[in-house]
Amino acid sequence: MKSETLDEILKARAEARALVVATRLSDGAQRIVAPDAQAGESTLERAAHAALLSDKPRTVEADGEDWFLNVFNTPLRLIVVGAVHIAQALVPAAQLAGYAVTVIDPRTAFATADRFPGVAISHDWPDEAMEALKPDHRTALVTLTHDPKLDDPALHVALRSPLFYIGALGSTRTHAKRVARLTEAGFTEAEIARIHAPVGLSIAASTPAEIAIATLAQITSVLRGGTVR
Amino acid sequence: MTDTTTDNNPTGGTAPADVLAEVARWREAGKDAAVATVIQTWGSAPRQAGSMLGISSEGELAGSVSGGCVEGAVLEEALEIMKTGTPKLLTFGVSDDEAWTVGLACGGTIRVFVEKVG
Repeated sequence: MKSETLDEILKARAEARALVVATRLSDGAQRIVAPDAQAGESTLERAAHAALLSDKPRTVEADGEDWFLNVFNTPLRLIVVGAVHIAQALVPAAQLAGYAVTVIDPRTAFATADRFPGVAISHDWPDEAMEALKPDHRTALVTLTHDPKLDDPALHVALRSPLFYIGALGSTRTHAKRVARLTEAGFTEAEIARIHAPVGLSIAASTPAEIAIATLAQITSVLRGGTVR
Repeated sequence: MTDTTTDNNPTGGTAPADVLAEVARWREAGKDAAVATVIQTWGSAPRQAGSMLGISSEGELAGSVSGGCVEGAVLEEALEIMKTGTPKLLTFGVSDDEAWTVGLACGGTIRVFVEKVG
């Protein structure tokens, strides 16, 4: 590994940028591919992009040579809108699974350091807070307020961003109304279909903690390409 | 064959970029360094593809490529590669008959690419 390659990896890490390093196994020649999670044209670039999205380093054949694609990804993040009871269970569970968590709730009585110790809290309006966080392909969003005034602005930003997971709490009936509002706001059916709602895997979860577990399980399944829907 | 070398880095699950940050610090201190990367695994290998072990010319280690089973053998190869500059692809596993094979206690097989840094 050349010094310049090492420097570029460390620079990307400092700037929270993702990249893939391709190593030709026959002689150790290296190239940096798929910076900023952009899909490229060549076989190697396309494979690198897939490796980045699935977070799975792999060996691929390109131009008659074996290349190892190592993935240097950005940190996993979870954004929770709504400092509610379910959030109090979802936040520590997600932290345990390796996510850096931010809780957004402009209602300062809910989003307190007492209720969410050691968590980044934003009291900004959800769309402003979301834009400031610049969600990427390693970010998940879960809206929990039940209040369209708070949930919808966050969903608007999320649907225009490359988040790997978007989940919204609420019954099938609540979601139908949400779909109508998002359609009215100009989002297409395909865009709206990115939202997992009702949120979480179907495990008959009942308590806030169980709903949190069902939600984190669904996020994990989407992240890792599981087959459970 | 059992290798008793222990992983002297308490953060054995370190992310590859964190390993490289440590490698950069060694180089700033004037030491040579090599990195070993898990390329492929079969069976119950303890560290996934992409996992990295950094090795300094003074024998310091950062990260891991196994649960401590093959780090000693990788260290030996890495010190040699720091001198020659020629990278090597190594295979470790219980079912491998090649001369330099070191067994993985867990029964898996791994391929490790070792290269000099700089």
